[in-house]
Amino acid sequence: MIETERHEYDVLVIGAGGAGLRAAIAARERGLRTAIVCKSLFGKAHTVMAEGGCAAAMGNVNENDSWQVHFRDTMRGGKFLNSWRMAELHAKEAPDRVWELETWGALFDRTPDGRISQRHFGGHTYPRLAHVGDRTGLEIIRTMQQRIVALQQADHAQTGEYESRLRVFGECTVTELLTDDDGAVAGAFGYWRESGRFIEFSAPAVVLATGGIGKSFQVTSNSWEYTGDGHALALRAGANLIDMEFVQFHPTGMVWPPSVKGILVTEGVRGDGGVLKNSAGERFMFGYIPDVFKGQYAQTEDEADRWYTDQENNRRTPDLLPRDEVARAINTEVKEGRGSPHGGVYLDIASRMKPEEIKRRLPSMYHQFKELADVDITAEPMEVGPTCHYVMGGIDVDPDTGQSRVPGLFATGECAGGMHGSNRLGGNSLSDLLVFGRRAGLGAADYVAALGRRPVARTGAVDAAAGMTLAPFEPPAHGSGENPYTLHAELQRRMNDLVGIIRTEAEMTEALEHLAELRRRVRDVVVEGHRQYNPGWHLALDLRSMLMVGEAVASSALARTESRGGHTRSDHPGLDPEWRHRALLTACVRDGQEDAVVPRIAVERTERAPMREDLLALFDLTELEKYYTPAELIAHPGAGPQGGTA
Amino acid sequence: MTYTARLRVWRGDAAGGALTDYEVDANEGEVVLDILHRLQATQTPDLAVRWNCKAGKCGSCSAEINGRPRLLCMTRMSVFEPGEVLTVTPMRTFPVIRDLVTDVSFNYAKAREIPSFTPPPDLGPGEYRMKQADVGRSQEFRKCIECFLCQDTCHVVRDHEENKPAFAGPRYLMRVAELEMHPLDVADRVAEVQDEHGLGLCNITKCCTDVCPEGIKITDNALIPMKERVADDRYDPLVWLGRTILRRGSRQARE
Ligand SMILES: Cc1cc2nc3c(=O)[nH]c(=O)nc-3n(C[C@H](O)[C@H](O)[C@H](O)COP(=O)(O)OP(=O)(O)OC[C@H]3O[C@@H](n4cnc5c(N)ncnc54)[C@H](O)[C@@H]3O)c2cc1C
Ligand code: SF4
Ligand code: SF4
Ligand code: FES
Repeated sequence: MIETERHEYDVLVIGAGGAGLRAAIAARERGLRTAIVCKSLFGKAHTVMAEGGCAAAMGNVNENDSWQVHFRDTMRGGKFLNSWRMAELHAKEAPDRVWELETWGALFDRTPDGRISQRHFGGHTYPRLAHVGDRTGLEIIRTMQQRIVALQQADHAQTGEYESRLRVFGECTVTELLTDDDGAVAGAFGYWRESGRFIEFSAPAVVLATGGIGKSFQVTSNSWEYTGDGHALALRAGANLIDMEFVQFHPTGMVWPPSVKGILVTEGVRGDGGVLKNSAGERFMFGYIPDVFKGQYAQTEDEADRWYTDQENNRRTPDLLPRDEVARAINTEVKEGRGSPHGGVYLDIASRMKPEEIKRRLPSMYHQFKELADVDITAEPMEVGPTCHYVMGGIDVDPDTGQSRVPGLFATGECAGGMHGSNRLGGNSLSDLLVFGRRAGLGAADYVAALGRRPVARTGAVDAAAGMTLAPFEPPAHGSGENPYTLHAELQRRMNDLVGIIRTEAEMTEALEHLAELRRRVRDVVVEGHRQYNPGWHLALDLRSMLMVGEAVASSALARTESRGGHTRSDHPGLDPEWRHRALLTACVRDGQEDAVVPRIAVERTERAPMREDLLALFDLTELEKYYTPAELIAHPGAGPQGGTA
Repeated sequence: MTYTARLRVWRGDAAGGALTDYEVDANEGEVVLDILHRLQATQTPDLAVRWNCKAGKCGSCSAEINGRPRLLCMTRMSVFEPGEVLTVTPMRTFPVIRDLVTDVSFNYAKAREIPSFTPPPDLGPGEYRMKQADVGRSQEFRKCIECFLCQDTCHVVRDHEENKPAFAGPRYLMRVAELEMHPLDVADRVAEVQDEHGLGLCNITKCCTDVCPEGIKITDNALIPMKERVADDRYDPLVWLGRTILRRGSRQARE
């Protein structure tokens, strides 16, 4: 047997981003012994990168805002594919979650009357994003990090030990979930990145909060942590993924120099007045307002400009259409030869605002361009283009508790699916983390409280997991072995070229062939050196997740023969109402011929639950008719013999 | 433009190590972290370097380049001469784990010793009212990405292991200042910043401010004002009493 350190907890949270920290706080506040495991250091999770803000209908800047308006915006942004129950809970609870952060010490930017200021963002009817300049994610992470420290201080005062009830295991990677003989969660297995030593957690409830999958793509705003581990862990433990075809390409990533290609340029630039222009200097977004949004956006530059100061009498600028629309528009402009020198378009704030104002409102953007691209955004336009940013798809969970179909396995944050439908609105992720992080923590706590006995991991599971992680050190079965960096670069290139913004059946099929080939090659991956802080080894292990997730995305994208949100098929360009009520679920294939390294997956269709009537009634029938089949709208109060719209 | 960059990278672990020379391609616009990644991908896959966001936002990739504490992901190759040899070493103030990765747990231990935000007992969620002008100062300090470069450079603990127990370091002295200047924090932090966290050891050399990648004026805006408050409290009982009453008064006025 291989030497492994062991720990016992009530709740194990995997991931220390916004969602994981909020879940851990909730579980600990219920009195449960809680552990947080994360791949990077405490306080450095990917959430620190979030810039623009956190959406919550507090109505501080425009008092017409309400949870109903936020709910409607979210459903529209997701093109009515969202789990409506999640969208409802999210819109209702987000304000309380933001206010709670203030009681833990967060300092958001203020309105003149001293309340939390809110900014405009794409797809949100009213100014809705609580923010701190353009470093909102940092504020949220730091606040919760400090809240965890406060809880540890309370435990210290009581027990003499900081970590008696809540401990963070930083730079520790989970590679396998452990289940008992009935399939219920029993814990997790992983390794310390620093030493390479193995670690086993025994826990009856596990909350996955591992974030996204962007590192499978070449051009991405995501950090190295985003290898889709949670998605893969959940699949291997028996959970389903939902909506994996929907990947958000943020319209504005840096395009130059190559070393920073993909780094995000916050939507806050456009929210605060920046506009997109092509090489001819045209504000091209006016030509890209899709039918479903006709009438909701300004049709002239004058109206768009007036809207920044007077939202009652003007419609918003199409620069702030939902992200999928803007990303496709930029893609088209570049393809048709109206792009900037480095293959993007221009984002201009310099001609629209005073330099001091730009520096005050967008300090990190100013800094980022100055330091990394030698561009002074107060004097010249930025060059921007689409970058892989967010995955709408994720682990299929119960909206209220975050539980997957595996008993004891919960998921929250970006790795969970459903909330955002086919396209996420900016700002709706940070609020999602808070609302559903808390709910998953409480869900896990309730589950543990109701549990009769602690599930015990299947015998041999730990040794098998350890063996799997050590495999890359063994001499390869064929030839000289594969270099993990080479395999990763190839995967990223294939995903970018074939499963990117615009997709076709032929490309998806080709992508799946390449992925099958990579799945074979990854078995021969070899790494040099030893287990102590060895990045080559870490990458070799992460590849297992990336390949599984890549197959889930490509297979789902192949199956959905329509275009919607973060999934555009040039061979099926339109929205198809028959696809609105269908969802694609990804599961592991269990046919006795499992590939233990990268288990095979299969995608199947299922039906979405119809929206509750009172929620359906929040929309005009005429709007719903653009998305729904007539049969689905019979329940709408505006439908039926009396006719007309509600 | 592609050229050959020359690097000397410290390789080793807690038991010891040495500088190792490398030559590797560099392209226009690249940062030092890109070059180290290329080394990993092409020559030495097990080179240990900590990083995460590669956008200057997480504070993971701290190290020393030619002896100066810097973020590897925000240091462009173009700030050096093309022929120049770059010496890249781990942060000196913290124990080495491997290669460029250090054990920064000192910082997390210090963070726990600072009493947390203490809200006014009678204010509920959603009732907080603060003016932008009053939160600006603490917001400046909250820009901190916890890269620990200021902790690394401060001479009080750099090469002075013996001072570590008594000294929180600039990042955490600034954290006390942040709470002290938070318009709604009700704890009194002035006595403890001197007695428990070692503000007295700081002799305002401003080296911390110089290396801060966020451009936070740690010394001028956090440390010196805290020293003034300590001085006021210590040497003038009337000022101390007056200030305390004043603070309570203004707090009540706001509530
Ligand atoms: C540049 C950028 C800007 C953004 N701006 C905004 C914005 O303004 N507003 C908004 O709402 N959203 C924004 N987003 C999206 C939002 O930041 C993310 O969706 C969100 O932070 C995800 O949070 P999370 O808690 O789910 O995961 P993360 O914060 O990503 O945390 C994941 C955690 O899981 C850990 N982990 C992963 N795998 C493992 C494993 N195998 N073992 C152990 N630990 C593991 C990681 O170490 C990490 O701690 C932005 C995203 C990016 C990239
Ligand atoms: S100013 Fe004070 S804290 Fe900063 S480096 Fe100098 S001695 Fe250290
Ligand atoms: S104050 Fe500046 S140098 Fe110090 S840890 Fe924070 S960001 Fe880094
Ligand atoms: S990698 Fe995040 S600051 Fe350098």
